[in-house]
Amino acid sequence: MKKIGALVIGGSAGSLDVLLKILPEINPNLDFPIIIVVHRKQGTDSLLSDLLSHRTELKVKEADEKEKINKGYVYIAPSDYHLLIEKDYTFSLDYSEKINYSRPSIDVTFQTAADAYGEQLVCLLLSGSNADGVNGLISVKKNGGITLAQDPDSAQVTYMPEQAILRANVTDILKIEQMANYINSLNS
Amino acid sequence: MLQSGVISDEQVEILINDVLEHHGYDFTGYSRASLKRRLSRLYSLDKHVSFAEFRYKTLNDDVYFKHFVEGVTVNVTEMFRDPSFYQLLRQKILPNLNTYPFIRIWLAGCSTGEEAYSVAILLQELNLLHKSLIYATDINPTVLEKASNGMFPLSQMKSYSENYIASGGVKDFSSYYTANYTLAKFDEELKRKMIFSTHNLVSDRSFNEFQLILCRNVLIYFDRPLQFRVLNLFDQSLENLGYLALGTKETIDFSPISSNYKKVGTEKIWRKANT
Repeated sequence: MKKIGALVIGGSAGSLDVLLKILPEINPNLDFPIIIVVHRKQGTDSLLSDLLSHRTELKVKEADEKEKINKGYVYIAPSDYHLLIEKDYTFSLDYSEKINYSRPSIDVTFQTAADAYGEQLVCLLLSGSNADGVNGLISVKKNGGITLAQDPDSAQVTYMPEQAILRANVTDILKIEQMANYINSLNS
Repeated sequence: MLQSGVISDEQVEILINDVLEHHGYDFTGYSRASLKRRLSRLYSLDKHVSFAEFRYKTLNDDVYFKHFVEGVTVNVTEMFRDPSFYQLLRQKILPNLNTYPFIRIWLAGCSTGEEAYSVAILLQELNLLHKSLIYATDINPTVLEKASNGMFPLSQMKSYSENYIASGGVKDFSSYYTANYTLAKFDEELKRKMIFSTHNLVSDRSFNEFQLILCRNVLIYFDRPLQFRVLNLFDQSLENLGYLALGTKETIDFSPISSNYKKVGTEKIWRKANT
């Protein structure tokens, strides 16, 4: 099985509950980093990091610009900036126009991650009410990465994963209770 | 819909080289992921049929090149963005500058001018504007033209007014502008103390000494070596005990100048030591 470089998880409305459910079950010795991009209100950054860090032994932190991306971490995209991934596996931040009415935009992180990690990338799109992330998944797939969508039947808001399944030809569709196992099985 | 990968990594490097050689604009120190997105976006928006055409126009058409620079650089800005930052300016930093007979402020990367007008409003309310000068600079002449007009979309005023109040403003924000169809035209008084000029942080030198330099959300687009160079430029342009203000996610930590600076409060403002 191929070595995984990074897992990027995107979500919007209804995705926080999913993260809170799956994080405790994720292997703390994961040998790749997790990067999370969720739409949310401005100024709630530390709140989200706190919330998630109580659910996992992995280190949870907000992504800093030019920071080296390391395994053992769960990185959170800061609010009101796009989070980009450079070819040297560092983060960049970008305050350009919103994409799909969103900043951070899931598409931006998925697409730049696809460029940087190629086939070693796994991207998972969760519950949400717009289609941000779907174009990103298409890029990830094109570059040979693994694309995943939450099973819409298990999603609080179905539009985002539905669009992913409809348009991005995802590798797998996962129920919430399958996600942690799936992620742990990617560990080499 | 925006597509990534319209422009390849090799094409990004070709354009960077062209632009440096033919126009003297140096983008070699820009973070590549963002630059690639901007170039792909520009390529799609302008509906180029081939990379060759995009390259040719960028090289040979000076009018198009102005548009290129505007498209490649990010010009998204707001008035009173990050209200807590402006609150610190209002309550501590600007009042401290009152001891100077004359206050010089450099707003580097001012884009369309929203921050310059925000700072001018603070200075006016603190009764400091008459003895201040705001040097507002940007790499991009097109945005400076907009900045000097002092007209911003009326549709933004509700959110700017909320920011203004959250930053400690107590006046009626609408008293600073007159509505003109879809635009809000800001009071000419605010503009009288602003000087707009092109300045390229990558290639231009220090041009004055300041007590306060603001450069917010510009360094995030630069790689580390360029960030350090620009911070050195700011250091050379800042008087002892002067202040340097950066964007919420930017820092001088780990840079060569950091040992000579002390952070002020929890915002991204540092004060230069008296050496």
